Amino acid sequence: MSKTQDVLFRTLADPTRRAIFERLCRNGEQTVGALTVRAKVSQPAVSKHLRILKQAGLVRDRHEGRQTHYSAQVGALAPLIDWTSQMAGFWESRFDDLEDLLKRMDQ
Amino acid sequence: MNETSAKARSVVVEREIPHPPEKIWRALTQPRLIEEWLMKNDFAPVVGRRFTLQADQPNWKMMLDCEVLAVEPNKKLSYTWNFASDDAALSLKSVVTWTLTPTSTGTRLCMEQSGFRPDQRQAYGGANAGWPRFFAALEQVLARIE
Repeated sequence: MSKTQDVLFRTLADPTRRAIFERLCRNGEQTVGALTVRAKVSQPAVSKHLRILKQAGLVRDRHEGRQTHYSAQVGALAPLIDWTSQMAGFWESRFDDLEDLLKRMDQ
Repeated sequence: MNETSAKARSVVVEREIPHPPEKIWRALTQPRLIEEWLMKNDFAPVVGRRFTLQADQPNWKMMLDCEVLAVEPNKKLSYTWNFASDDAALSLKSVVTWTLTPTSTGTRLCMEQSGFRPDQRQAYGGANAGWPRFFAALEQVLARIE
C-alpha cells in the first residue's frame, strides 16, 4: 500500500471523521457550526477532525468573514479507487446474475 | 486538464457462456428478464427507443437515461447509458455495447462500456450508488488490514 493510500485509509478509518467527510460529499460546502449540529461531538472535536481531513487533502477550507466553510475534495480519493476495475466489477457481477437467470430459463 | 486525462476510457467484460446467442438475446432484450439481472426498465429492442433503468433498493437508488442505438438480433445490441447530475463530476454519458458471438459450446458475450472520462470516477453508477458502495468496500478493506 502506498503512503498516500495509507494516509487516506487512516484518515477515513475514524467513523466520526468519515461521517463528516461523507456529509460534505453529499451536501456540499458547510460551516463547522452546521457540521457540529449533525455530528454527535463538540465543535472543537469537529474542528480537529476537519484539520486532519484537510491535512490528508480530503477537505478544503474557505474563509468568509468570521465563518470558515469546508468542502470535500473528492478527487483526493482517486488513489483509493482504481475506477476501471471498479466498473468492471459492477459488470462482472451483472454477468453472474445474467448467467443465473439463463440457468433458470432452462427449467 | 491535459490531453491524456481528457481521453475517454472504456471498460470491457467478456465471458464464455454455455447458452446459445438466441437465449442470451432474450435475457438482454425482454424487460421482465432484464429486470432479473440488471434493473427495472421499460426497454424495447427498437433503434431510437428511449428508456430508463432504475435501481430502487434501500442502499442503491438511481435512474439512468438510455436510448437504443443499434439492434442486430442475436448479434449486437447498443444503448446509451447516461446519468444526469448538476455536478459535472457525477454526470455521465456513456455507451454500452453487447456483442454475441456463437462458439462451439455456446456464446462469447462481450460488453463494452465506453465514453467515460477519467474525471468521472464516481459516475459509474451515479453518486447515490457510488458512495454507499464505496464506503462498504472501504470498511471491508479496513477490516482486512486490522
